[in-house]
Amino acid sequence: MKDLSGWGRYPRLSGPLDAALSADAAARATAQLPGLIARGLGRSYGDAAVGRDSTLDLTGLNRMQSFDPETGILAAEAGVSLADIIATFLPRGYFPCAVPGTRFVTVGGMIASDVHGKNQHVDGTFGDHVAWLMLALPDERVTRCSRDENPELFAATVGGMGLTGTILSAGIRLKRVETGWIRQITHPARNLTEAVALLRQSGTATYTVAWIDVLARGDALGRSLVLEGEHATAEQVRWGDLRFPPARNGRLGIPTDMPGWMLNATTARLFNEVYYRLGARKADRAILVPWDAYFFPLDGVAHWNRIYGRRGFVQHQCVIPEPKAEAVISEILDRISGRGAGSFLAVLKRLAAGSGLMSFPMEGLTLALDMPVSADLMPLLREIDALVVEAGGRIYLAKDATQSPETFLAGYPQLDRFRQLRDEIGVSSRIASKLSDRLGI
Amino acid sequence: MNDIVEQSPAKTVLVVGGTSDIGRAVAAAYAGMGWTIRLAARDADAAERNAADIRTRSGEDHVTVHHLDILETETFAPFLDQLGDLPDTVVCVVGLLGDQERAQEDPDHAAQVIRTNFEGPALLLEALAQRFAERGHGLIVGVSSVAGDRGRASNYVYGAGKAGLTAYLSGLRNRLSDTDVRVVTVKPGFVRTSMTAGMDLIGPLTAAPEAVASRIASLQTGSADVVYVLRAWRLIMFIIRAIPEAVFKKLKL
Ligand SMILES: Cc1cc2nc3c(=O)[nH]c(=O)nc-3n(C[C@H](O)[C@H](O)[C@H](O)COP(=O)(O)OP(=O)(O)OC[C@H]3O[C@@H](n4cnc5c(N)ncnc54)[C@H](O)[C@@H]3O)c2cc1C
Ligand SMILES: NC(=O)c1ccc[n+]([C@@H]2O[C@H](COP(=O)([O-])OP(=O)(O)OC[C@H]3O[C@@H](n4cnc5c(N)ncnc54)[C@H](OP(=O)(O)O)[C@@H]3O)[C@@H](O)[C@H]2O)c1
Repeated sequence: MKDLSGWGRYPRLSGPLDAALSADAAARATAQLPGLIARGLGRSYGDAAVGRDSTLDLTGLNRMQSFDPETGILAAEAGVSLADIIATFLPRGYFPCAVPGTRFVTVGGMIASDVHGKNQHVDGTFGDHVAWLMLALPDERVTRCSRDENPELFAATVGGMGLTGTILSAGIRLKRVETGWIRQITHPARNLTEAVALLRQSGTATYTVAWIDVLARGDALGRSLVLEGEHATAEQVRWGDLRFPPARNGRLGIPTDMPGWMLNATTARLFNEVYYRLGARKADRAILVPWDAYFFPLDGVAHWNRIYGRRGFVQHQCVIPEPKAEAVISEILDRISGRGAGSFLAVLKRLAAGSGLMSFPMEGLTLALDMPVSADLMPLLREIDALVVEAGGRIYLAKDATQSPETFLAGYPQLDRFRQLRDEIGVSSRIASKLSDRLGI
Repeated sequence: MNDIVEQSPAKTVLVVGGTSDIGRAVAAAYAGMGWTIRLAARDADAAERNAADIRTRSGEDHVTVHHLDILETETFAPFLDQLGDLPDTVVCVVGLLGDQERAQEDPDHAAQVIRTNFEGPALLLEALAQRFAERGHGLIVGVSSVAGDRGRASNYVYGAGKAGLTAYLSGLRNRLSDTDVRVVTVKPGFVRTSMTAGMDLIGPLTAAPEAVASRIASLQTGSADVVYVLRAWRLIMFIIRAIPEAVFKKLKL
């Protein structure tokens, strides 16, 4: 038995973990193991990467297969990590077209969650840049899926949370970049309206994201730092700096669970305040930030999820479609700040529609909140979920540990087609995770 | 400035056991130094997977794959002939942990463990040593194991094979000491690989395959003869070897 809890370490889950060291072995395991789900680096927060009966670790499928410098298409096994891809290809002038907030994720995991980056509103999700993938099914078939071959299965696998079978490898497109630096401009926003206005108007910037001080209240509700970023050109890099700086190896780490009391409304308020002031000091002028600090600020602190203590935490990420997005998010923030529930991280982003059948992104605004698990958390989340459902929004499965089947169904109307497709390819009873059981997929 | 730059041809390393995690890491480390890589393995398709990985990462076409079964000793000479150029360095990582209990009951299994760890690698490296000596230089790296430093109940069949290899390499080194052919014995200690997957290894005594590989690549310069990848192992094995047999035979290690 292995601890298989997700990144939020809530709920605590354990089970047997089988490892596949080759594509053949992964295909065989997919055909043989019952109630199986694939697992990458376990960076999903809840129960998505834990099988009903068996879990298959694919991080041993870590070989790159080929790269075409003309098209930028990298063929790689599903367990290759984003960290590895960047370390290998950034020095050659290539960067992935979409990256999540941590680089310790796998190709398979990024496809299965159809992850979005800070540029999703202009460049689309990770799935939009997948040229093809090889999928192993329980009947021992390995099928190639793309927009031309098995297009329906392709669309269901992108964002399908591993529930269509095991992804063995994929062709993913990298884009050319001149440097490993990001030119960042920070705009302070005094409240949510200003933040949303900035996000909308910065529609031309490649990367945008707003960092919200969740504990600000009243007129300052939604006080934010809106960060815009562009890949810096070679001329913009300061003389004496490396054009492609390597990742800094974070020396910081959280060695054990922090006591629960360390994180409370007061420490969270302090943290938010300090962050806001530091950010505001850099306001409105461009600074150059190395790629890892810009895209993956938390990767510098190993095991940062331990700051929430033994009970773990929940990340709640919803998307609210226009035109009600701002109003509903304001309401959500109001309820949270009203409770004084400590939240270290709250991120607001603009999204465009995703590419898969079950992809999370839709045209609107997405809000992601980290909240430590406590007795009053669940009722609060129920309230928030009700607001999301009413607004026609949905909750991100890669982060989810708590939504109800009803909330899920309301948010993902394509579920019927997804279930039907699972039947057609013969995975319904074979491929199952704790998440699919909980939500009735 | 001189317009004509003398471009010395890339050096070549032969990695025997090109499908193993340590072998893969060794090949990657040499590729990183700009060397040409020859991967030898009994499963050429599996080795090709590693070769493609290395080529994709470097963007260069500098890895070839060659079939070799370490138990088929009669194929060694033709194998070395078909390589074309004699490699500058050979790193032999072939090995088989096997199953101690099974080896006690099944002589075929025991023989396979002993031959894979000792006979095969020893005879192949002997053939290479011959050719290196004729050419006048070369580096021979044999991956043995701390398990060969003293026989223990839990893995003495494997340990005996490795002890044989360690002794063979020591003799070869002694014989070639006044030539430019260098022989290095590497004892990795615990390494996180598929060989040890699922075992409870002691963290501080366990190396990553990449650490073993970069230590091996670093042997290109220097004069080390016997290398413990993690220093602590040298001390631990010194103590273990010093225990009197009358005491040692009672210990459960
Ligand atoms: C700090 C942090 C920041 C994050 N930021 C973002 C963000 O900005 N945007 C975003 O979209 N996400 C974000 N995430 C979520 C993360 O990108 C996703 O959860 C991603 O799927 C994790 O990849 P993984 O390899 O760890 O997959 P796992 O967590 O192991 O698995 C996730 C899902 O993918 C499936 N899966 C994994 N491998 C395969 C495979 N080979 N075949 C089939 N299915 C497979 C699993 O079954 C599971 O359903 C963040 C997570 C963290 C911890
Ligand atoms: N892992 C450790 O903790 C550890 C510790 C000390 C020493 N070592 C030694 O380090 C070396 C590499 O080990 P590893 O951990 O990387 O394990 P591994 O992956 O099991 O490597 C063993 C290698 O030997 C090859 N091999 C076995 N029989 C062969 C044969 N008849 N012909 C050709 N090749 C054969 C295997 O090829 P196939 O892929 O075809 O099976 C594989 O490439 C071994 O010599 C091992 O004894 C390992």
